[in-house]
Amino acid sequence: MKARIHITLKPGVLDPQGKAIEGALKGLGFDDAANVRQGKVIEMTLSETDENAARARVEEMCKKLLANPVMENYAIELSV
Amino acid sequence: MKPAVIVFPASNCDRDVAVALEKTTGKAPAMVWHADSDLPDTDFIVLPGGFSYGDYLRSGAMAARSPIMRAVVERAKAGTPVLGICNGFQILTEAGLLPGALLRNAGLNFVCRMTTLRVENSQSMFTSGFYEGQYVDFPVAHHDGNYFADDETLDRLEGEGRVAFRYVDNPNGSARDIAGVLNESGNVLGLMPHPERVISPLLGGVDGLSFFKGVIDSAA
Repeated sequence: MKARIHITLKPGVLDPQGKAIEGALKGLGFDDAANVRQGKVIEMTLSETDENAARARVEEMCKKLLANPVMENYAIELSV
Repeated sequence: MKPAVIVFPASNCDRDVAVALEKTTGKAPAMVWHADSDLPDTDFIVLPGGFSYGDYLRSGAMAARSPIMRAVVERAKAGTPVLGICNGFQILTEAGLLPGALLRNAGLNFVCRMTTLRVENSQSMFTSGFYEGQYVDFPVAHHDGNYFADDETLDRLEGEGRVAFRYVDNPNGSARDIAGVLNESGNVLGLMPHPERVISPLLGGVDGLSFFKGVIDSAA
């Protein structure tokens, strides 16, 4: 299976990079861009073929390394 | 005293810390490579500053999962004093030895300058060389030094006297001006500024020397 993990800063956690991007967008005339937040995406392939088992595996990876629960949320997307 | 300095790939303050420790203890500390899984006989562990693993994923995230850190966590829990400076502080939060996290500086800039800190708690083994309310000058040099924790955690840290140092003029947006945090039992300190860089008048100050002398004296 393929997994794609979206890691985002929790609401309320200051995101100076998102703010800087928003400022640059406004500078380019995109005045309608608001609340810009920057996150990251991690992709991987897994040998596991069962979706539930794969999700549990990736959850464990998120908890142990990929995301820091103090400041980040994560969402897992699986596909074949 | 037998200090040990843990060296990660891209640590860059390990030698400065070694010099500071040698100056205060009279002998060179053990330098321990991150890939080792055992610690030498030591009674004071220092995680130095730098940019371990190029700050990949999150500052300190990869270093916190390196083989030697299992031994460091074990020793910290058993009461051995552990000091994390700058990247070392980030590693301590990532390893779960200290609460909170260090986010990108609020002003986005890498900040490299002298800062004045207020000693908030002089009772800890790391601050016994100072008196409460004393002002000391340590330089900062970091991109991710913005201390963050939820309000409940911050209240608890303050209530338990676990804020060791505060910035007088906050350089990075840290919550409640926090520059240094202690763990619950007081044997682990994370400190964003660099005491090892002010150990001689030639380097611009000697407050760091008092810091290391205080640690050595209280552990002896």
